[in-house]
Amino acid sequence: MRDHFQDGLVTLSGVAVRMGGHEVLRDVDFTIRRGEIVTFVGPNGSGKSTLMRVIVGALKPAAGTVRRAPGLRIGYVPQKLHIDQTLPLTARRFLSLPHRVAPDRIAAALEHAGAGGLQDRQMSGLSGGQFQRVLLARAILSNPDLLILDEATQGLDQPGSAAFYRQIEAVRQDLGCAVLMVSHELHVVMSASDRVVCLNGHVCCEGAPEHVASAPEYRALFGTGTGGALALYRHDHDHEHGHDHDHDHDHGHHHHHHDGAGS
Amino acid sequence: MSLLDDFFLRAILAGLGVALAAAPLGCLVVWRRMAYFGDATAHAAILGVALALTLQVSVFAGVLAVALAMATAVSGLSGRGFAMDTLLGVMAHSAIAFGLVAVSFLHGVRIDLMGYLFGDILAVSRLDLLVIWGGAALVLALVRWRWSALLTTTLNPDLAYASGLDPRREQMVLTVALAIVVAVAIKVVGTLLIAAMLIIPAAAARPFANTPERMAGIAALIAVFATVSGLEGSLHFDTPAGPSIVCCAAVVFMLTSLAAALRRRRG
Repeated sequence: MRDHFQDGLVTLSGVAVRMGGHEVLRDVDFTIRRGEIVTFVGPNGSGKSTLMRVIVGALKPAAGTVRRAPGLRIGYVPQKLHIDQTLPLTARRFLSLPHRVAPDRIAAALEHAGAGGLQDRQMSGLSGGQFQRVLLARAILSNPDLLILDEATQGLDQPGSAAFYRQIEAVRQDLGCAVLMVSHELHVVMSASDRVVCLNGHVCCEGAPEHVASAPEYRALFGTGTGGALALYRHDHDHEHGHDHDHDHDHGHHHHHHDGAGS
Repeated sequence: MSLLDDFFLRAILAGLGVALAAAPLGCLVVWRRMAYFGDATAHAAILGVALALTLQVSVFAGVLAVALAMATAVSGLSGRGFAMDTLLGVMAHSAIAFGLVAVSFLHGVRIDLMGYLFGDILAVSRLDLLVIWGGAALVLALVRWRWSALLTTTLNPDLAYASGLDPRREQMVLTVALAIVVAVAIKVVGTLLIAAMLIIPAAAARPFANTPERMAGIAALIAVFATVSGLEGSLHFDTPAGPSIVCCAAVVFMLTSLAAALRRRRG
């Protein structure tokens, strides 16, 4: 246990969060270590985003402790970033918030995130995929130890999100940072993760993707259809032309997902 | 004998002080969708006038204190589950109603109510000028110092937390800056039109800006133009000064909006 704490970038123990008198999270113990990819899955309202906000420091837990490694640099891609129409903002200026960054570093970060050459475009004029890549570029600009992505592929179609996840894997290989992701697209994320944590107000189960996919707690939440989808994604990952087939299967899976979450 | 003996020059200088401080702050107010917040704070000023006259302290101090209290109350209540637009509507209008009632109790003092509601820029004294420019310089320094942090917080509070900033502190900075602008602007445009000096130049600048800084700069230019042309117009046509300034700003807004619409149509 002691070792875990020593190389842990962020360590939560016994964390509970209350919002409006309602307990959103309870008894959460969690550690992420240097270089690890961890994915949080869970139904809507299971507290995934809340937990990310605790880790980022935007929310103070009602109970428990949050410990961050000294000097920890976090790159954060929030779930939703609405930029008001009244705010003119180029991608270049966005990457320079809150600190000025040299133009060549901005260009490099955008290139790295797969958004090369978008410097002078208005943020409000970017497509969904471009916007997410610019957010990713800003998150990796500070050379973070920990990259946090909260449902970063929301609003992207399936090929788009698969491409985005490949970009994240490439970024992580170059930077060697730990990655913490939240997802509802289990089949897409799982194959890339070292560890999957299944959350539903508390940690239901966690472990290697295959382990979690077959755990009874996970099946109780999401149903049993995901195992097949997981395998399909891996196939899809290697050969990009399998989209149609994959998409059909995905549709069935989501149905299953909702049935499971509702019960 | 000095230049400042000329009442018109003093008026222009007072107007410029308010214009330069209000424009960048107004951009933040617009981006954060706080227009009504500015209104509520400004309308509370009339209550500050009544209090200051009752307690026989300076009007500037009274307005500053009440505006600060109002701005703090409103930003404290936001994000606690109240419907913000309703709450701000209630507070903005109650503040002005209570202020007007409070002023009516002041029998002993002869008070020029119109002067506080619509400004009395042609009666600006040298001391007023000092207070206005002192306040304006303070607001500009505050906004410039916190600019990047304010922008980051405006985009997304969680993003600010992740960068090690505290959005609540930035909200406090805005609250204080807003209260100061209200306190120095009451003499220039009056409580009813202070929010106009925040919102209109910023809104008029939007179509021609591609970065936040440029928008603040263009807004300042428009505010300066509106102030000078409004005052000239008011002298020429014998119209009330504060409303004339706001009219000029509004005309600029209409022109820039029209130009933007034409540009869009052309592709």
